Amino acid sequence: MSKLGEIGARLYRGDVAIDFVGRRKTWYLISLAILVVAIGALLLRPLNFGIEFRGGVEFNAQIANPSDHVKQVNDAVVGTGIEAAANPQVVSSGQSAIRVQTEPLTPDEANVVQEAIQDAGATEVSKASIGPTWGQAIANKALLGLTVFVVLVVLFIWAYFREWRMSVAAIVALAHDLLITVGVYSLAKFEVSPATITGFLTILGYSLYDTVVVFDKVRENTRGITASTRRTYAEGANLAVNQTLVRSINTSIAALLPVGAILYVGVFQLGSGPLKDLALALFVGMAAGTYSSIFIATPLLAQLKMREPAMQAQAKRVAARRSATERQATRAAAVSTPDVPVTAPSPRPTGATVATKTAPRPVSSATAKRTQPQRQPRSKRGKGR
Amino acid sequence: MATKTSRPGRTLALFLAVVLAMFAAAAAIGSWKPKLGLDLQGGTRITLQAKTDTGGGVTRAKLDEAVGIISSRVNGAGVAEAEVTTQGEDIIIVEIPGAGNKDLERTLGSTAQLRFRLVELVQGPPLPQPSAVPTTPPDTAGTSPAPNETASTPKGTSSPKTPSPATPSPTTTEPPVITAPTGEPSPSKNRAAARWFGKRTTPTPTADTASPTETPTTPAPTTPAPTTVPTTPGGTPGAPTTGGPPTALLPPDLEQIPDPLNWQPSAEWQQKFLAFRCPEAGAVAQEQDIPSQPLLACNEEGFKYLLGPAMIEGTQLDNATAELPQTGTEYVVSLDFNDEASEIFADITSAIASKTNPMTGQQEQFAIVLDTVVISDPVVDEPILTGQAQITGSEADPFTQDSASALANSLKYGALPLSFEIQQVTNEGPELASNQLQAGLIAGVIGLLLVVVYCLAYYRGLGLVVIASLLIAGLLVYASVLLLGWAYGFTLTLPGIAGLIVAVGITADSFIVYFERLRDEVRDGKTLRTSVETGWARARATIIAADAVTMLAALVLFIFAIGVVKGFAFALGLTTLIDVFVVFFFTKPMVTLLSRTKFFGQGHKWSGLDRQHLGMPPLRRSPRPVAGEA
Repeated sequence: MSKLGEIGARLYRGDVAIDFVGRRKTWYLISLAILVVAIGALLLRPLNFGIEFRGGVEFNAQIANPSDHVKQVNDAVVGTGIEAAANPQVVSSGQSAIRVQTEPLTPDEANVVQEAIQDAGATEVSKASIGPTWGQAIANKALLGLTVFVVLVVLFIWAYFREWRMSVAAIVALAHDLLITVGVYSLAKFEVSPATITGFLTILGYSLYDTVVVFDKVRENTRGITASTRRTYAEGANLAVNQTLVRSINTSIAALLPVGAILYVGVFQLGSGPLKDLALALFVGMAAGTYSSIFIATPLLAQLKMREPAMQAQAKRVAARRSATERQATRAAAVSTPDVPVTAPSPRPTGATVATKTAPRPVSSATAKRTQPQRQPRSKRGKGR
Repeated sequence: MATKTSRPGRTLALFLAVVLAMFAAAAAIGSWKPKLGLDLQGGTRITLQAKTDTGGGVTRAKLDEAVGIISSRVNGAGVAEAEVTTQGEDIIIVEIPGAGNKDLERTLGSTAQLRFRLVELVQGPPLPQPSAVPTTPPDTAGTSPAPNETASTPKGTSSPKTPSPATPSPTTTEPPVITAPTGEPSPSKNRAAARWFGKRTTPTPTADTASPTETPTTPAPTTPAPTTVPTTPGGTPGAPTTGGPPTALLPPDLEQIPDPLNWQPSAEWQQKFLAFRCPEAGAVAQEQDIPSQPLLACNEEGFKYLLGPAMIEGTQLDNATAELPQTGTEYVVSLDFNDEASEIFADITSAIASKTNPMTGQQEQFAIVLDTVVISDPVVDEPILTGQAQITGSEADPFTQDSASALANSLKYGALPLSFEIQQVTNEGPELASNQLQAGLIAGVIGLLLVVVYCLAYYRGLGLVVIASLLIAGLLVYASVLLLGWAYGFTLTLPGIAGLIVAVGITADSFIVYFERLRDEVRDGKTLRTSVETGWARARATIIAADAVTMLAALVLFIFAIGVVKGFAFALGLTTLIDVFVVFFFTKPMVTLLSRTKFFGQGHKWSGLDRQHLGMPPLRRSPRPVAGEA
C-alpha cells in the first residue's frame, strides 16, 4: 500500500508522469475499438429486454436443487395446456429458485400456471405479471428519463465549469461509458430491466462525478494560465490527471467494492432480479466511467482547448521560456549557480515537458532521487508564496 | 471555512446532538424496525392505470376519486393494511402485504358500476336459528315483528353510511312475497329508511309537483294511494307471480324485460333470492351486475336484496353533493341527473311515490347500487320531476356530515366514467421475500466490510476516521429510514437496500477525495494542521460538486423510475445528503481534532500520514515544525 502512496506522491509532484494527454491517439484508438465492438454487438444482437418491457408473466418458484427440477417445472407449465404458456422459458435462478416466463396471461390463467408449478414441487411460487402495453410505457418513460437526465447534466456541466469545451468533453465521456455498458449488455445477453435502466442512469451520475473531480484539478492547475509560462494547458491537464490518478483509483475501488458485493449476492444467491440487474450495469459503467475520465475526457478537453489561439500563443511562450531556461541551466550547471530565477518556479520541467518532449523525462526521473534534498526547500518556498 | 481556526469540538458536539435527537425521535416512535417493502416481507402489488371511457384525460381530481373507489373496493374485500397510492397522472398502486387474494385482481380491474334499481325483495341478515315462523306478514312493520329480527337488524341503529333499509321484510325466512300483499302498509314514520325528495333549495319552475310541503322527517302518510301507478297494468299491487307461472321459466340470464318499472320477480328469482346468501365480509360478491337483468345484492349490514333491472346508470348522474339545507338542520345528499335520466327518474318516482311494494308490504324503495353493493335504498314519497333530487336520512337515522359525504362520494365515484386496467401484478411469497432480505443484508455486510478493510489498509489511522464516518452515516441513514417510514410511509425495498449499499462507496469517495487532498498538501511540505484546512478548502468544492451530480441523478431517477426502483433513487438521494452532512460536520472536524494529536500530527507510522507512507523521504535533520502544542 505504501507503494501506492509513493507512486501517488511521485505522480503528484510530477516525478512520474504518465502521458495521458500526449498519447491521446492511443487511448482514442483503444476506446474506438471497444466502441466498434459495442456498437457492432448492439446491431447484431439486439438487447435482451426483460419481461417488464415485453409484457408477460414471470413466476419465481422456490425449490430445492433448482437445476434438477427445470424440466419437471417446464413440463408442468406446458401441461396446463394454456396457449400463452406453451413456450415457457424455464431457468434455474440462484441457489433455490426456478424462474419461469410466459407470454401475457389472464389472471385466471396465471393462477392455473402458478398452481401447476406449485404442484411440480415448489414450496412457494411468486408471480409478476406485466401487461404488454405497460412494458412499452415503462420503456418510453425510461427513455424520457435518460433524455431529461442528459439535458440536465449538460446544463449542470455548463453551469459548473462555465466552459463549453469541458462540457463537450464530459458529454463525450458519458456517451462513451453508456455505449460501452450497453455493448457489454448486448454481448453478454444480459437482461435489460427497469433496474438496469436505473443502473444506466446512475452510471451517468457516477461517470460525471469522476470527470468533475479531474476537471476540478485541471481548472486549478490552469488557473491564470495565460499570464504564466510555467506550463501549457495540455501539460496542466495532464498533471491534473496524474495528480488525481491515485484518488481516481481509490474512489473507483471504494465504489466498486460494494457494487461487487451486490453483484455477487445478486448473481449467486438470488440468480435474477433487481439486485443483479442494477449491480451489473453499475459495475461495468463505473469501471468505464473511471477509464473515460482519465483517458477520454481530459485528453479531449486538452485537445479542444489547445485549438484556441490564446492557448497556442501561450504554449509558444512556454516553449520559448523553456528553451531559454534550458540554455541558462546548462550555463548555470557549468558555473554551478545556486538556483534558477525565482520567476521560474518549476525547477522540474520533467513532468511538464513530458507532454511535448518525452525525451527529457527518463533523465529527470532518474535524477529526481538525487536532487530531491535540494528540491525540498524549493517547494516550501513555492508554497509560501 | 467557518471552522477555520475552528472549534471542531463544538461542531462535533452539535452534530452528535443532532444524531442523538434523531434517535430520540425514533425512540419516541417506538419501532426500531424499518418498514419493509413487499419484496422483503411478501405481498401483492397491483398497478392499475385509470382510463376514461369517454376518451378524455384523467384529471387529478378524477384520479383522487378513483383512489377512493379502489380503496373502498380493497376494503370491501376485507384486506387489511392495504395501501393505495397514486403515481404520475393515471397510475394507482395497491400494495397488500401478506398472502395474496386471488379474486382481488379481478375486483380491482372492473369499472365502477353505479346503477339505480327498484327494490323488489329485501331481507335482513340470516339469523342463527332460521326456523322462524313463516309468513308473519310485515303488517306491523317497524320494530315489532319478531324479537330476534330486531336484535340483529340494525334497523333503528343502522350505520349512517348506508341508511338501513326500511324494516326490511322482517323476520321471515319464508319468501315474503307469497304472503306479502296482504300486509297493511307499515306506517312509514317507523321506518328507518332514507327518502328521496325533490330538491328544495333550488326550486325550479317545473318543480311544481314536488310537493315541497313535506318535510323530510315527517314523511307522507303511508296510504297506498295506488292511483299514481299510471303505466303499470301488470304491476298493480297484489299481483305477485306466485307459484310458477310460465313466464318464470325464462332463462334468467337472458331474460327480456321490456318494462323494468313493472317487473315482478318470477318464482325462479324468488327462489334465487331465498337461496342467495350475502358474501362473507371480505369475500367478493359473485353476482355479476348486468344492467338489463335483476340483481341479487347486499348492503353493508348484510341485508339482501332482489333488485329490478337497472333503470338509471351512474354515468347519467351529473353531480352529487352532501349539503346542509339552509332551512334544515340535517344533512342531505343532492343529486343532479342529466336530462335523459331526469325523465326516467320522474317516471319512476311518479310511479312509486308513496306506494307500497306488494311483495314486501313496505313502501317502494329505489335503491342505489355501487359495485353490487346497495349503498342506499330510499323510499319515495312524491314524484320528483326535475331531475334534481335529494336523499334525506331517516328519522331514526339522520345523516351526519360524514355519512352524507360518504354517500355523495360513492355516488360521485359511480358517476365517474373511469375504468381501471391492471398493468402489473407482482406477488411475492414470504420465502422469496426473506431470501431477498437476507441477500440484501449479506451484500450490505460484505460491501461494508470490503470498503472498511480497504480504507484501513490504505489509510491506516485515517481509515479509522473513514470507519467512524461510515458508522455515523449508517446511523443517520437508519434513523432517517425509521423517521421517514413513520412520517411518510417510506418502505425499504430491495432496490432501496441496493441504493444504500452503493452509497457506501459514494460516501467513502468523499472521504477519499478529502484525504488525498490532505496528503497532497502534506506532500507539498505543509504542516498537517495547515493541510487539514487548505486541503479541505479545495476538497470541499469537489465534494459538493460530486454530490450535487449524484443528487441530480437520484432526483431524475426518482421522477422517472417506475415502481420499486424508485426506492433505489430515494435511498441514493438520501444517503448523498447524509454524506454531505457527515463530511462537513463530522469527518472534517474530526480530522481537525485528530491533527492536533501526537499520533496524527507528528505523522506516526500508522497514522496514514507518515512521510514514508506518503512516499516522501524521511526527515533526518530538524523535524519539521509540527502542529503546535499537541
